[in-house]
Amino acid sequence: MAIMIQPQSVGIVVPQKARFTEPLPLRSGGTLDDYELVYETYGTLNATRSNAVLVCHALSGSHHVAGTYAGDAGSTGWWDNLVGPGKPLDTRKFFVIGVNNLGSCYGSSGPSTVNPATGKLWGADFPFVTVEDWVESQARLADRLGIERFAAVIGGSLGGMQALSWTLQYPERVGHAAVIASAPKLTAQNIAFNEVARQAILTDPDFHGGHYYEHGVVPARGLKLARMVGHITYLSDDAMAEKFGRSLRHGKAVYSYDVEFEIESYLRYQGDKFAGFFDANTYLLTTKALDYYDPAFEHGGNLNAALARATANFLVVSFSTDWRFAPERSREIVYALLHNRRNVSYAEIDSAAGHDSFLLDDARYHALLGAWFDRIEV
Amino acid sequence: MTSYRYDYEVITQWIEPGEKVLDLGCGDGDLLKHLMQVRQVQGYGVENDPDKLLASVRSGVNVIQMDLEKGLVGLEDGFFDHVIMSLSLQAMQNTQGILREMLRVGREAVVSFPNFGYWRHRQSILNGRMPVSESLPHQWYNTPNVRFFTIADFDALCEMNGIAVHERLAFDEGKLVLEEPNFLASVAVYRLGRIS
Repeated sequence: MAIMIQPQSVGIVVPQKARFTEPLPLRSGGTLDDYELVYETYGTLNATRSNAVLVCHALSGSHHVAGTYAGDAGSTGWWDNLVGPGKPLDTRKFFVIGVNNLGSCYGSSGPSTVNPATGKLWGADFPFVTVEDWVESQARLADRLGIERFAAVIGGSLGGMQALSWTLQYPERVGHAAVIASAPKLTAQNIAFNEVARQAILTDPDFHGGHYYEHGVVPARGLKLARMVGHITYLSDDAMAEKFGRSLRHGKAVYSYDVEFEIESYLRYQGDKFAGFFDANTYLLTTKALDYYDPAFEHGGNLNAALARATANFLVVSFSTDWRFAPERSREIVYALLHNRRNVSYAEIDSAAGHDSFLLDDARYHALLGAWFDRIEV
Repeated sequence: MTSYRYDYEVITQWIEPGEKVLDLGCGDGDLLKHLMQVRQVQGYGVENDPDKLLASVRSGVNVIQMDLEKGLVGLEDGFFDHVIMSLSLQAMQNTQGILREMLRVGREAVVSFPNFGYWRHRQSILNGRMPVSESLPHQWYNTPNVRFFTIADFDALCEMNGIAVHERLAFDEGKLVLEEPNFLASVAVYRLGRIS
């Protein structure tokens, strides 16, 4: 047991960039010949390089997992409550890495970066990337950093799919895997939500076939709608009822299409905010990566067979009110691991916050992750 | 419940090295850890109490959160060599259902429970009070137990449900009881199988 200290922030962090010029073959066919990955690290890699933990991000996440940027107090990382000295993923013990995935809009090569071959922005020409491709690129970054084997790979939602995929693509390189609020594949309903989001973007007149940068516009309306749909599915019915209920801005109906119910205001605000900084092409690519992920597909749909390759020690976590990545989906992973006699623990955390729960610092959830990381020998 | 765990020794003797073992209501994972150490079992615990689940993770055993009242849905037929339920059966509503499930996913089931027919318990009732003892440590108003049964009751249930009693050991606070177990034993440990 580590000495208890008051949980602290990792402090000021600086992102780093790595360029790769060895072609990366992609599942969608073709290659990325020249690409960059932006990443951050927290803590210190030990002498035996055995204490590295990879944090995989979800749809709108990035490499900026923890800490803040100099001069920007509001720039706290997206999983700062988990990562830091004295936190469940303790940077006094572990060397933690956050990588921005290919296709993202936070600095790694993606639609909004320059295609080195043409000197122009990639735009819609950026190739489809999959969870498996991300793992390949992350493995190359690990090579670059001299990390042969991760003590653990952890991720929530789409990040959980990457953690799972790591254990299948590189079983010998992953000691432990935490798959949180995730699924072995999306359901038809889940893909349906993604499709509505994509159609909102694709049919926005400002989309211009994905080459909107050249036109000096962004498909903000489409992206806003996409985020609004997504946001509904990340919250639980109960959480939404508790937070907004049927509260009316004017105290009564005024028979207008402007904001009346507070939930409308909230969704519009979230949508506008998101459309102000996120890239529509990235949203399209990333939702497709979610849809495509299905490790059982090449095993005739047999997840037991698909997970036979995994050798890591697993922690699978779901949240009671998460209906986008429901506990049932997590249990499918657990049963398949059990079938293969793998080490696995599974917790279903009682939480009112729906899918977003995995980002919150629920005491029980974090105690569990802390206990699990505490057991990992480095 | 404190260290009222001599049933562990009996259970351990019934487990062969390297077996696949499922421990229902594994608590802080003590028994599984013991079985992993002395029998090198591939062990999994089931627990629905978040604090106990956390304790199991802390002690480094595999633990799956599951509500036993809903059975062992998702676990494969005959997957485990032994399915254990140590001193928890009396706290379950779905007694017959869980016994059926244990023998579905396990080759054998191992069950231990406090014997309500123990003479001290009978004496207590004769004196007009609900029994409180080492094996029934709670008061009537805060007990987690919902089923109160005797060794004789359990034997009858097994017969009624076509469950084979392969072995039964009974104890009076740690000492083996050979005669009149339903009267003299505070705890019974059973090794159960399917009647083939």
